[in-house]
Amino acid sequence: MPSTATTDNLDTARAWAAAAAVPDPEVPCVTVADLGILRDVAIEDGVAVAYVTPTYSGCPAVLAIEMAVEAALLDAGFEARIERVMSPAWTTDWITPEGCEKLRAYGIAPPVRGSSSKMALFGETAINCPRCGSADTQKVSEFGSTACKAHYTCKACAEPFDYFKCI
Amino acid sequence: MTGLALSHSPLFEAVLQLADDHLILGHRVSEWCGHAPMLEEDLGLANMALDLLGQSRALYAYSAEIEGAGRSEDDLAFLRLERQYQNCLLVERPNGDFAHSILRQLYFAAFMHPFWQGVSANSADDTLRGIAGKAEKEMAYHVRHCGEWVVRLGDGTDESAGRIKAAVEALHHYTDELFQGSAAMAACAKDGVLPEAESLRPAWTATITDVFAQGLLEVPEVAYPQTGGRIGEHTEEMGHILAELQYMQRTYPNLQW
Repeated sequence: MPSTATTDNLDTARAWAAAAAVPDPEVPCVTVADLGILRDVAIEDGVAVAYVTPTYSGCPAVLAIEMAVEAALLDAGFEARIERVMSPAWTTDWITPEGCEKLRAYGIAPPVRGSSSKMALFGETAINCPRCGSADTQKVSEFGSTACKAHYTCKACAEPFDYFKCI
Repeated sequence: MTGLALSHSPLFEAVLQLADDHLILGHRVSEWCGHAPMLEEDLGLANMALDLLGQSRALYAYSAEIEGAGRSEDDLAFLRLERQYQNCLLVERPNGDFAHSILRQLYFAAFMHPFWQGVSANSADDTLRGIAGKAEKEMAYHVRHCGEWVVRLGDGTDESAGRIKAAVEALHHYTDELFQGSAAMAACAKDGVLPEAESLRPAWTATITDVFAQGLLEVPEVAYPQTGGRIGEHTEEMGHILAELQYMQRTYPNLQW
């Protein structure tokens, strides 16, 4: 018979795995764990509590993500609750290296690192084309199809593509 | 719905005033959706409106939590009377043409960007620091995007220069209200929760002066600043905004999405 502490640890790991696998509703190639918005999962008084941070202020997917995480925990047999964590604020720097690679493979240029630097915010760094890798790209519009993306074109291979905005 | 009781804390009032600024401007900018001069700008304006509405949601949710009286973010956003909204007058000005809307956005964002930077770096309030952490970066995009347009319009054709000059003339005297803040904001500044509004004037002036110089525009002197929004004294247009914004909740009370 395992001790209570061990059972809790196992449960916590299982709850984390269930919540972490939830895909982003708008960019389904990445999970909430890849994006760094699942901050923690803890078992508190028998309830699996997922701590989730919203991304961009205007992101309409926040509620959908919270509901999906809760549903995943319920499916895994847990009583579940979502806690929204506002501070510290989410930044694109929290997207994992695997998450960035998945974005690139999906055709979205991942955000430049160092979101607080003026260079990154103001797009003065080169954005590489997710298709051919060329740095010879051009910004078409600061704002793209969703709150998290800007619109670029590759001048080398002529591919239009989304850039995941750095915040 | 009763009036805002005077017993409300300065923090509640100040956060609500910020929420009102963002909701009303977000609503205004969203009126462009489907009407912008080109597709990229339609997306740009809709995205900026979304940023503002997202920020207003976070602020309303926080003011509802501070109040602790059972009112929700929706109650605060949709079920108050005109005199209870305390947004500054600038944000309720009609869209006018594209030049008017872009300039209004630049004026507001050039104020909010250093404002949120101050909150993010120095505020004693955790929740506001969290909201500010993202809002300061989102506002940096607005300053840059709108600033580029003001330069392009000012240094463009006679037609575009004439339009942006008309916008400056129509809107500049609403900007002073940003720096006046309110009694609640001043109290929060004293508590180290919000930056002091007047202290942001040099940063705002530097941005505007720089953009205007590139756009061959003059920064006008303001002889008679237009104010009143912070004490609920609005321009005629405010009622029209609320008529549209509140229509569903007034017609079908407690309607759920």
